[in-house]
Amino acid sequence: MASVGRRVARVDGWDKVTGAARYVDDLTIAGCWFGATVRSTVPHGRLRGLHREPTFDWDRVVLVTAADIPGDNVIALIEDDQPALAKTEIHHVAEPVALIAAPTPELARAAACAVQLDVEPLPAVLSLFDATRVFREYEITKGDVAAARAHADLIVEGESTTGAQEQLYIEPQGMIAQPRPGGGITVLGSMQCPFYVHRALMRVLGLPSEKVAVIQTVTGGGFGGKEEYPSMLAAHAALLSRKAGRPVKMVYDRQEDIAATTKRHPSRVRHSTAVRRDGTLLAMDIDIALDGGAYCTLSPVVLSRGTIHAAGAYACPNVRVRSRVLMTHTPPHGAFRGFGAPQTLFAVEMQVERVARALGIDPVDLRRRWLLREGDTTATGQPVVAGAAAEVLERALAQYRSKSSPPPPPPRRRGVGVSLYLHGAGFTGSGEDKLKGRAAVRVAEDGGFEVLAASTEIGQGTRTIFAQLAADALGVPYQQIRVVEPDTSCVPDSGPTVASRTCMVVGRVVEEAARELRAQLLRWGESARVTAPDLSALAHERARRAGPLAVEKVYAPPPGIHWDDAAFSGDAYPVYAWGANVAEVDVDPDTGEVEVTRLVAAADAGRVVHPVLAEGQIEGGAVQALGWALTEEVKYQDGRVLNDRLATYIIPTSADVPVLETVLVEQPFAHGPAGGAKGIGELPMDGPGPAIVAAVAQATGVLLPELPLLPEKILAALEARGEREEAGR
Amino acid sequence: MIRFRVNGRAAEVAESGARLLDVLRLELGLCGTKEGCGEGEGGACSVLIGERVVNSCLVPVSQVDGCEVTTIEGLASPALARAFVEEGGAQCGICTPGMMCAAEALLRACPRPTIDQVRAALAGNLCRCTGYTKIFAAVLRAAGERAAGEQAAGERAAP
Repeated sequence: MASVGRRVARVDGWDKVTGAARYVDDLTIAGCWFGATVRSTVPHGRLRGLHREPTFDWDRVVLVTAADIPGDNVIALIEDDQPALAKTEIHHVAEPVALIAAPTPELARAAACAVQLDVEPLPAVLSLFDATRVFREYEITKGDVAAARAHADLIVEGESTTGAQEQLYIEPQGMIAQPRPGGGITVLGSMQCPFYVHRALMRVLGLPSEKVAVIQTVTGGGFGGKEEYPSMLAAHAALLSRKAGRPVKMVYDRQEDIAATTKRHPSRVRHSTAVRRDGTLLAMDIDIALDGGAYCTLSPVVLSRGTIHAAGAYACPNVRVRSRVLMTHTPPHGAFRGFGAPQTLFAVEMQVERVARALGIDPVDLRRRWLLREGDTTATGQPVVAGAAAEVLERALAQYRSKSSPPPPPPRRRGVGVSLYLHGAGFTGSGEDKLKGRAAVRVAEDGGFEVLAASTEIGQGTRTIFAQLAADALGVPYQQIRVVEPDTSCVPDSGPTVASRTCMVVGRVVEEAARELRAQLLRWGESARVTAPDLSALAHERARRAGPLAVEKVYAPPPGIHWDDAAFSGDAYPVYAWGANVAEVDVDPDTGEVEVTRLVAAADAGRVVHPVLAEGQIEGGAVQALGWALTEEVKYQDGRVLNDRLATYIIPTSADVPVLETVLVEQPFAHGPAGGAKGIGELPMDGPGPAIVAAVAQATGVLLPELPLLPEKILAALEARGEREEAGR
Repeated sequence: MIRFRVNGRAAEVAESGARLLDVLRLELGLCGTKEGCGEGEGGACSVLIGERVVNSCLVPVSQVDGCEVTTIEGLASPALARAFVEEGGAQCGICTPGMMCAAEALLRACPRPTIDQVRAALAGNLCRCTGYTKIFAAVLRAAGERAAGEQAAGERAAP
């Protein structure tokens, strides 16, 4: 029986509900020491030296500085501008400068405190509004915006802002590095992208590929936060391990994790939209600024995704998008679910609300009028295929109308808001073509079927969907598939576990490899005159008589897609997934508090491989977006994160969220696995923010286009309208 | 010495200011209990002391002298475990042991909770993956199955 589309039990489920799953901090290795990090306390400065307190017994610990780095002092990524350890200049608070290893975590921390940094402070750029140094900029041009604006009845302008957001995976970052005989190193830990870590380690340690092995341990959430930072932590653990000549474990506590690791890019987006009185959309002119933080890291690709999504799910004949990501002296901003798209989609949805108000048209009707239909082209000129904008919008609205909610208790005021959006799955532009992600399926030595891929299980269900896809292509029960632990020394490089690409891109490769393996196995059976009751028995015969059999495949993008990097136009993604939200909120005008009383999500991610996992992605993403919208504010003071604790950085609890209402819409993508799956991981993060803000606007009469929309801001807006006289006394 | 029972077995550790969390993980090898924040905000380290759910990072081991401690390894509720797996209550799984301990404490005190009672009872346990909806479903399903199981057992026991 086919397993795709069924609610099969997740393959890692039982280990997780019995406490048997071993995360990196649960692993004990004989003779293992513990690492700690000495970090800068100023946002910008010249590093003059490093002083060790003379009373401390330094013979008991190992100290590593930039001078100990055998390879290049860089964390390899896009621009290679971030050092593993600062050497001469400090660029942000919490920047790593030195490392300590000691037999106990307590001693390592004590030693780290006994190191003083001699830093001459320099002026720091601490906000996007003061930033001038550009890491990267892009421009999209479609049609003729200036000419279209000349024919407009109305030009509507507006600005939206969003703040940083912490990924807040519940398992903090952690790594263990172990020296290998012969001078190599093995690093295991919590991560999304084993081959990113592998590449970074080769560079820092100056080692060839075969001397570095990276193994992913069970990972307690990532959400983008374990895309690039694990390369830094792995480099640190490895440097300590090589100098100490023994295994070293580094596990951050929550404060260090929040203070030092990447967050979502803060944004400021301006829209200027030309329309006719009847609501006809003539032109969009969009200007985007992202705060990249102190180093370039992944900012160029975050910006490109944000830029491409900036015009939203709408058909506009004339579009100009200008965008840039700027340097500030804050810890680098990086990958977080959605990768720039939630910021620009928030802005375009706010702009739809503004235009609707300006024209006196219902915002839902305006969306119906503007939305992208099959064959329409996006801002980059990509024709929509397998589109579902209209369907997700209507299905979300129908779900909302199917139930009525009790009226809000006075003095609370009710509001309802809607959002519509799209999300490109896979790497942007020619990314997948360059990446050439690989995966393999094999008959192992013991005759069992195995999937080999570098895609990591981080909670989203990679192992289960790979087992399903391979099982159905082979024609065996999914329980017969083992998905091998990602270890760079034995799995092919499938590319990183990011960009909603695991199912759609790598899943397709797994499916193709499994299909080919089945054919080869059957051919072998015929030629060797082996009869077996089923494929599994045949595989065991094969292994016994002729040894293992493996098939590896490479991803081939759908035929006929073209992307022009220079002009920034063409087919930006193999396909888009589509989403719509309806948010119902109650606003307390006395406290400014917002309660989300209902949240509907309709999502099209093509063919659903696993309904429970797919809903889980949508629900989890929606609640992260709800937090970003209402409570999750990263507070900085002089470049330092003030609220670096769970007590002060507020994510939603079970008491803060309604039971989510999810509608799965299936618009199959011809080139996806399982008869048409698209990517789903990031889409759910895009829409709840704007829907909630639109709902608050309906409840209060004021559109406040800034995230997080904290109670103080709502109260101030009500006060400004003269609705809260008492507050002014 | 501090003497207590963990998952039905006797345990004895030296008197100290150590956190119960560290004693469980480092001395007794019970690594199912996780550390999420170390300050009682996240609930990943939740265990039961008697019938009550506590954050084991906030409990000095000296406080559990003479107590019965239950961790995820000793929870022994197949209905709850099955419901978490099948309803999608566990994704990355790091909050799951603590979440299930909190759910177990609720179901012992309140065998047929309402959805609002579930929401309130789990509010000290943060999950970043699921959005909680599938956790609610898992807890409500386990409550239903346990009640049905008890009813069936009661009917079998009746003359």
